Amino acid sequence: MQKEEFPLKKVCMICAKGTIEDVYATLVMANGAVMEGIETKVFFTFFGLDAITKKQMNKIHTSTVGNPAMRMPNGWAFPSILGMLPGVEAGVSMMMKSTMEKLDIPTVPEFFEMITAGGGEIYACKLAMDMFKLEKNDLIDEVIDVITIGDFYGLAGGQGTQIIFT
Amino acid sequence: MATKVLANTNVEVTDEGYFIDYKQWTPDMANEMAKEPNLTLTPLHFEVLEFLRNRVAQGDALTIRSIGKSNIVDIKGFYGLFPGAPLKLSSKLAGIPKPTSCV
Repeated sequence: MQKEEFPLKKVCMICAKGTIEDVYATLVMANGAVMEGIETKVFFTFFGLDAITKKQMNKIHTSTVGNPAMRMPNGWAFPSILGMLPGVEAGVSMMMKSTMEKLDIPTVPEFFEMITAGGGEIYACKLAMDMFKLEKNDLIDEVIDVITIGDFYGLAGGQGTQIIFT
Repeated sequence: MATKVLANTNVEVTDEGYFIDYKQWTPDMANEMAKEPNLTLTPLHFEVLEFLRNRVAQGDALTIRSIGKSNIVDIKGFYGLFPGAPLKLSSKLAGIPKPTSCV
């Protein structure tokens, strides 16, 4: 019997964390879906809001403490105590960003341009906005609307839809 | 692998329809392939296809970002020219291998 396959038609993604790796996971997957012609909606909440906040989007960092996968460029373990020193997190994050630039990986603002240019939609979480005392005009112009989780589920209807939480 | 007849020429293509050898490509073949997705190729389409072919000939990886920086079209324009999955569609029409980039 032939296996029946149903192609993915729509992805709705939730980005709730604000480190480089969490934000990029969302952006690469969202842009990748747009590139495949899949309808794409991305919902930013909690610390993920940093990625769509004008003041913060260029300052996202990776965490250098409590991350056992963090290593020195030569492969040695990266002691958490070193990661606590002022400037280390910023330095490591800068190195990461320069490596990404060399691989032609877009910056955060560029990713939003690309995603929306292809028809992807960006939303912000109302509850988290209230918590962090953010207004719609603190966010980048690409944000279509500030919505509730109920609205988000409303956007996720239809066959062939998946919700992805990064 | 499969053989396809395009512009009265036998062309070696992959199962997904991408050219094996990009040197076999001619603009007429692109016009013929564009009929399937119901596209009419304009000079601007061909400018993009030529850009992609040159990039591949130089051994560069293709990304949507590089097309946005090509000064031929911006990314929105690129999605407009090749609707749906533009990088894949344009690569197929340009007679170059399936793009392997994630961005």
